Amino acid sequence: MASPSTTADVVAPSPAGRADENYLTHEKGFLSWILTLDHKRIGVMYLCSVLIAFAVGGLFALMVRTELWSPGHTIVDADTYNQLFTLHGAIMVFLVIIPGIPAALGNIIMPLQLGAKDVAFPRLNLASYHLWLVGAALMLSSLVINAVDTGWTFYAPYSTSTATAVTPAAFGAFILGFSSIFTGLNFIVTIHKMRPPGMTFFRMPLYVWALYATALIQVLATPVIGITLLMMIVERAFGIGIFDPALGGDPVLFQHFFWFYSHPAVYIMIVPAFGVISEIIPVFSRKRMFGYKFIAISSLAIAFLGFLVWGHHMFVSGQSVLAGTIFSAITFLIAIPTAIKVFNWIATMYKGVIHLETPMLYALAFLWVFTIGGLTGIFLAVMSVDVHLHDTYFVVAHFHYVMMGGAITALMGGIHYWWPKAFGRTYNEKLGQIAATLVFIGLNVTFFPQFVLGTRGMPRRYYNYLPEFQGLHQLSTIGAFILGTGFLLTAGYLIKSLKKKADAPANPWGGTTLEWLTTSPPPYYNFHTPPDVTKGPYDGYEELTYDEKIRGYVAK
Amino acid sequence: MSEHTSETRDDAPAGKSSPPPAHGHAEHDHGHGHGHHYPNLAHHFDTPQQQFDAGKLGIWLFLLTEVLFFSGLFCAYTIYRAMRPEVFVYAHYFLDTKLGALNTCVLLISSLTAAWAVRNAQLAETRKLVVNIVITIVCACTFMVVKYVEYSHKFHDGLLPGARFHPTEQVWELESFKHKHPEASEYAEHLTEAAKAKAAAGAAKPAEPAAAAGEHKAGDAAPAHPPIERVTKEQVEPLLKAGVLGEKAENPTVPSKPRNAHVFFSIYFFMTGLHGFHVVAGIIVWVWLLLRAKKGVFDGNYFGPIDYAALYWHLVDLIWIYLFPLLYLIH
Amino acid sequence: MSGTILLLSTGEQPADLPKFPESPEFWMPLDASVTSRNVDWIYHFMNWMSLISCIAILGAMIYFCVKYKAKSRAANEKAQSSSDHSTTLEIGWSVAPLFVVIALFVWGFKGFVDLRTPPKGALEIRVTGQKWKWLFTYPGGMVDDVLHVPVDRPVRMVINAVDVLHSFYIPNFRTKMDAVPGRYTDLWFQATQAGDFPVLCAEYCGTSHSNMLTHVVVHPPGGYEAWLDEQKNKLLSMPPEELGKLLYEKQGCSTCHSVDGTPKIGPTWKGLFAKSEGFTDGSSGTVDENYLRQSIVDPTAKIVAGFAPAMPTYQGKLKDVEIDGIIAYIKSLK
Repeated sequence: MASPSTTADVVAPSPAGRADENYLTHEKGFLSWILTLDHKRIGVMYLCSVLIAFAVGGLFALMVRTELWSPGHTIVDADTYNQLFTLHGAIMVFLVIIPGIPAALGNIIMPLQLGAKDVAFPRLNLASYHLWLVGAALMLSSLVINAVDTGWTFYAPYSTSTATAVTPAAFGAFILGFSSIFTGLNFIVTIHKMRPPGMTFFRMPLYVWALYATALIQVLATPVIGITLLMMIVERAFGIGIFDPALGGDPVLFQHFFWFYSHPAVYIMIVPAFGVISEIIPVFSRKRMFGYKFIAISSLAIAFLGFLVWGHHMFVSGQSVLAGTIFSAITFLIAIPTAIKVFNWIATMYKGVIHLETPMLYALAFLWVFTIGGLTGIFLAVMSVDVHLHDTYFVVAHFHYVMMGGAITALMGGIHYWWPKAFGRTYNEKLGQIAATLVFIGLNVTFFPQFVLGTRGMPRRYYNYLPEFQGLHQLSTIGAFILGTGFLLTAGYLIKSLKKKADAPANPWGGTTLEWLTTSPPPYYNFHTPPDVTKGPYDGYEELTYDEKIRGYVAK
Repeated sequence: MSEHTSETRDDAPAGKSSPPPAHGHAEHDHGHGHGHHYPNLAHHFDTPQQQFDAGKLGIWLFLLTEVLFFSGLFCAYTIYRAMRPEVFVYAHYFLDTKLGALNTCVLLISSLTAAWAVRNAQLAETRKLVVNIVITIVCACTFMVVKYVEYSHKFHDGLLPGARFHPTEQVWELESFKHKHPEASEYAEHLTEAAKAKAAAGAAKPAEPAAAAGEHKAGDAAPAHPPIERVTKEQVEPLLKAGVLGEKAENPTVPSKPRNAHVFFSIYFFMTGLHGFHVVAGIIVWVWLLLRAKKGVFDGNYFGPIDYAALYWHLVDLIWIYLFPLLYLIH
Repeated sequence: MSGTILLLSTGEQPADLPKFPESPEFWMPLDASVTSRNVDWIYHFMNWMSLISCIAILGAMIYFCVKYKAKSRAANEKAQSSSDHSTTLEIGWSVAPLFVVIALFVWGFKGFVDLRTPPKGALEIRVTGQKWKWLFTYPGGMVDDVLHVPVDRPVRMVINAVDVLHSFYIPNFRTKMDAVPGRYTDLWFQATQAGDFPVLCAEYCGTSHSNMLTHVVVHPPGGYEAWLDEQKNKLLSMPPEELGKLLYEKQGCSTCHSVDGTPKIGPTWKGLFAKSEGFTDGSSGTVDENYLRQSIVDPTAKIVAGFAPAMPTYQGKLKDVEIDGIIAYIKSLK
């Protein structure tokens, strides 16, 4: 493994490994950003865009929860409410979580972890980002015209007959699909063809493994939602008769096509999150990852099995009992590789040296929240129990626990872990811990009561509700505002950190993966030559020592 | 743990590959690129071979996504054909098989010239490369022209997708149907005449074919005008298969069209339209490559773009080779 | 007896909402059908397994954080252990959960097959979902907007929808099935106690999805037959305007037509009879008995200008005497 102290001989050296000439300062001006080919700049643009979309989607969520403070009309009417939850879902799924960790963090960090100068196709990477912008614009145009109200799942025949602006929103999602496909394609080729000398597949960081498995899903599954959305748009425009029974179509066919993508899509959302957690835990436990090979292979297993279970969203759709049985059986199988990961992460902490800074707090929060979310998935996989729980708040709670509690918590963890590397600035650690705690508390207070609402029979997507459910709804709404406060605080101190002078060392946390060899922030070219790799990505903590003066790690 | 010396990490010019390491290294081949200056080698790749391999993997992945993209439509086709075979039999008579076959040949030729072009590029045979690309483009344009002719015929004949489906001709009046099933065509005309006469005469019931040899399921009552003693299989079976008569038809006893006949044309226009879109995209790519080829940029170290475009083109051809029998050659 | 669910336009609460009876336990509603047992038992089993798993996993996590907490970064402490794999453990913690999930799968599968296999001789009642009302058709053809069933008898609901997807959900019976336009689906249950239980729509269907509520009245022995007879007699002996008024609620007309002049999705019935109207196809005419009858059986033929073609047809669903009753009711609304 190349020594971490060799950053000293790179451009504008300083003992701490800071660099005043780096990819952020290398060129200036709007055009140098919007037309950049530098994967790090593209990743930063993605990060800003995704976080802005998260704020918009979060605002809609708060409006939904406020409306649900009391039954009947609280702040908006029924049609507006239906539009709010639809846009909240569509924005969060298509604009935030699917691109989130791969396109934002992955773009900044992955080539660095491979010792590469860039991804395989930098222009395609830029095109991915521009497509995100176009897709986002189309989706939000629906907001302005007559916001779509079908739910993010666009079920036919409601979606093919409602008067709201479904077509721009669906077309936006279609474009976003291409953004996702191109990112996945780029990552697969980069990982196959641009690893440094000595880095076999089983010496890759687990974050790269996770991005690889995710990219496979992106490439294979996304085209199917593409054609499905196109079919839906054409059905609306020309009445071709594929989904609408009045025209000879089959509405259940839509569900099959839709979920064939959308179930693998949830693995696009969570597998990168697993990768982030796999980076943080060994570094913050100062101990090699336990069961590295199992974690790596389990990502592939989850990706593969994820393609075979879409029908578990359709147990009550009128689908045959045989089909339901097969889908249920395979769904249970996915629990095994997922559980393996959780056990290995905890085993990594055993007899380690645990540092509880913000990134690790988010990783621990992830373990808590994802365990609950994952276990409740098993409840839904049981066919007879799902009949009662399908389309109730139990499902809403389940997916928010895994998506908000899983993917978003990991995104937060990754942002805080790589913030000093990407931006060269440290953030206020105390505030970080407070915000992480608020987010964790907010998550649980918002979504745990929803499990109870669900088992008690409260369906989802309900504007109005029976009065006996009000108490739990109010508790959930309070939680939502706690959650929002946590995120606002995070935004505050992160943005503030950008305003100060660069003060981050090259290796604040003592990581041994290749990105920590570069300066903070890295130079625009990453590495002159790819470093030689002679050991695993989590080997060598004992060869690093903490230097109080620079508040970072250097080689002994 | 081996320390990597700092000598190899100084300001080396971009593109210089590291010395072959003693231990195992990653998949790509470092090759013998020392000191060479490759004008078409991107800065983030070490050797032309690495760049080519990356592009090759990239285009294969892209083609995989295209296959999955079309597969949704092939899936819809399969399901609807299984559920409503009579609609597909009915509708294929309206398609011009000759034009479809012509398009198939045209695309096959263009695939040949595309593959040839790759070889030309590898050997830096610029003139031949240009000729082959031009022929490919011409064939592709021919394909689109034939498509345009087919489509305009359809629009003219009222064969539009979905709710706009109002055929101006009856299926048994078509040349393709008459040619294959002359007796059935006559029989259908006869029934239609009889029904018109009955309606004109104010009769309540439409004419019904007499029960005779033949497996039709219609009930029996003697038709009024003129009487037919026996109905043969050749007369009735093609009409039943095409949903013109019988339980799948809009009207079981008077020749009409099958219920939901428009679904075929919806699928037809969607699949051929999407395919045509990909042909046009291919034409644009070939034109761009033609302009670059003329400048002589392609050689043994840099022929990737031609190779990738040809691969894409082969897929476009392959998809058509599936579409043609599935849509035009239905029995 | 049969509750009347009023339309909820922008969120006013209707006069009588269905109400969940008090449940003896925290998570699930009162268990009122033979079909509930399997579901509740597995659910509680999974609850306990999850609690134990969480305590084990998260307990270990918290314990390690406390026991192995670093003093500081400057202290440069080394991890006590460097073991990084154990095939035994991996196999162990893969196989153990596998047994549990296989068991859960088998129990769930059995329960599901049971939920989806109506016993022979079940009482059949048709239910139709339309935006935004459930309508039940009883043997003999009578239609009502509330579900009435006998206790301790298997009942099979034959379900369909006329416009978009809906889902027929009775939480107290733990059963649910989508109502799909263009086809029939079914579910069954056998109520184990008399009472009144909510029926909800569980597939998003537009503006008033959350108000597409009704309830199921489970009659004690003999009660269902008595109720059915009473309904039949009532309809036969009612004066036409009263019959029309009853059907106005029961058949879902109230979802889209007001009787007090308020504009809704369809024209108000107040003052409608004998009015001169312009239609969307450009023609005009007077609202008389013929026009009203046509609007009921072929609603998209002549639509009053300014309204959308949203009304489902009642052809075959209303008898002539019922159509006459509705017309008489409309006439009475001056």
